[in-house]
Amino acid sequence: MRMKVEDKLFLDRFRVDEEPHLRIIDGSVCQHKCSDQPCLYFCPANVYRLEKDRISIAYEGCLECGSCRIGCPHLNIEWRFPRGGYGVSHKFG
Amino acid sequence: MKEAFDVAIVGAGPAGISAACLLADQGVKTIVVERGEYPGSKNISGGVLYGHDLYQILPDFPAQNCPIERNIVESRLWYLSKDGGYSLSYRDQIFAQERKQNVFTVGRAKFDRWFAEQAKKKGALMACGTVVTDLLRDDQNRIVGVQTDRADGDLRAKLVLLADGVNSPLAAKTGFRPEPKPHQVALAVKEVIELSEEQIQERFNVEPNNGVTIEILGVVTKGMNGIAVIYTNRKSLSLCIGANLSDLAQHKVKPYEMMEDFKEHPMVAPLIRGGKSTEYMAHWIAEGGYDSIPQLCGDGFLIGGDSAMLFNTLHREGSNLAMTSGRFAAEAMLEALEKGDFSRHGLQGYISRLQNSYIFKDLKKYKRFGQFLETHPELFTSLPEWASQAAREILTVNGVPKKEKQKVLWNQLRAKISPMRLLRIFWDGWRSVK
Repeated sequence: MRMKVEDKLFLDRFRVDEEPHLRIIDGSVCQHKCSDQPCLYFCPANVYRLEKDRISIAYEGCLECGSCRIGCPHLNIEWRFPRGGYGVSHKFG
Repeated sequence: MKEAFDVAIVGAGPAGISAACLLADQGVKTIVVERGEYPGSKNISGGVLYGHDLYQILPDFPAQNCPIERNIVESRLWYLSKDGGYSLSYRDQIFAQERKQNVFTVGRAKFDRWFAEQAKKKGALMACGTVVTDLLRDDQNRIVGVQTDRADGDLRAKLVLLADGVNSPLAAKTGFRPEPKPHQVALAVKEVIELSEEQIQERFNVEPNNGVTIEILGVVTKGMNGIAVIYTNRKSLSLCIGANLSDLAQHKVKPYEMMEDFKEHPMVAPLIRGGKSTEYMAHWIAEGGYDSIPQLCGDGFLIGGDSAMLFNTLHREGSNLAMTSGRFAAEAMLEALEKGDFSRHGLQGYISRLQNSYIFKDLKKYKRFGQFLETHPELFTSLPEWASQAAREILTVNGVPKKEKQKVLWNQLRAKISPMRLLRIFWDGWRSVK
């Protein structure tokens, strides 16, 4: 049976901070200037999702790879590490 | 943290901990700042480590309960088409005996935690759960410590070693290393699949404690420049698959779906059957090669390991380059501390050690390899499909004379790739690794 990304993320241990560590700088850039919206595809944790015409961020399941920060064609994502001790915690690594 | 240190190290990975071990051994007041809740909790790699480089830091590591999963006695290379593929492997009993710890698998969350314990025993301090947000500079722009996200977060040190990995917003922010371009990194996802020890030994035909690595090229990365691997751990398999980030963006491929397709490949499915996935992770691989290495030291600081883009794509070596660059950094810092010269000039020993070692020599040798993969997409599309078709036809016993089969196959190849282009692929490939 094929595993969905939600099921994969469910295997991981996260300590979720209340404050998101990811932010779209200007939502209108995603809406009007970005036709490809590659973040919807390459993000390995499916953090970026299209809701109607805007992109929502499920930062809780972020795997902290950094791809959205450099892969956004408009560099429109403000990215920092979760606060110390927060975010994903590997069991095996 | 008002206390001043001789050395502050950003990141408890192989580079940072190696340096911490050697510095603390010499009585240098060392602190390692780690953003995870414990060392290793943010760390990941395919999962092989190299005894030679670890031995230079901890000569007695096998006796110190080093959490080795399996000693690698066999390396396989697969070139896959949709329905099958080629397998080339080499096994040697020497890797189970006198060269036992040549290459072995680890889980980095366990290994790095153990490694950090060894540094702590030697006297290094570990500050976990702490993110370094910026660097402290004096009025002449020299680095004199780090800023952290703790309340009393400034930490002064004579020298700072950046060993915070390939994804380092810090290195980018401080201008030490430009942010990588999407084509300079591969994005890989990893899944750990649990099986029993016996199942792994049977499926890979190995004795207890011995294991196998498989590096995989071909259509599994969907025409993108990428690689997959399967490594054996004691009670699990590590499956990784990744592709160049710009390719992923262009092809609109979801990495987790590529992983699921990979798991269904007829050469992979029987190996993982009945296994239980226990963890899913993602990480970059620094694929920029020699030309992407930044300036490696300056006034008051050095950069090592993945942060310095030290990665050998062809031989999947990274953790060893990290450990040895950490060792060189420690040796150069000891010289600088002795002379009291923390300037770029005082740290030059780091650069000369790297230049004279296998690290720079190998990365220089393979500097064209990344570009070779990038500019010859046939390697991941038509070539593996045709190669499999050729083997399939030759192996099918159906009364057709071999000469006729060869003629058909040759024409099929020419229709896909012109002879000139084929020659080009072999010539460029040879040049990129010679």
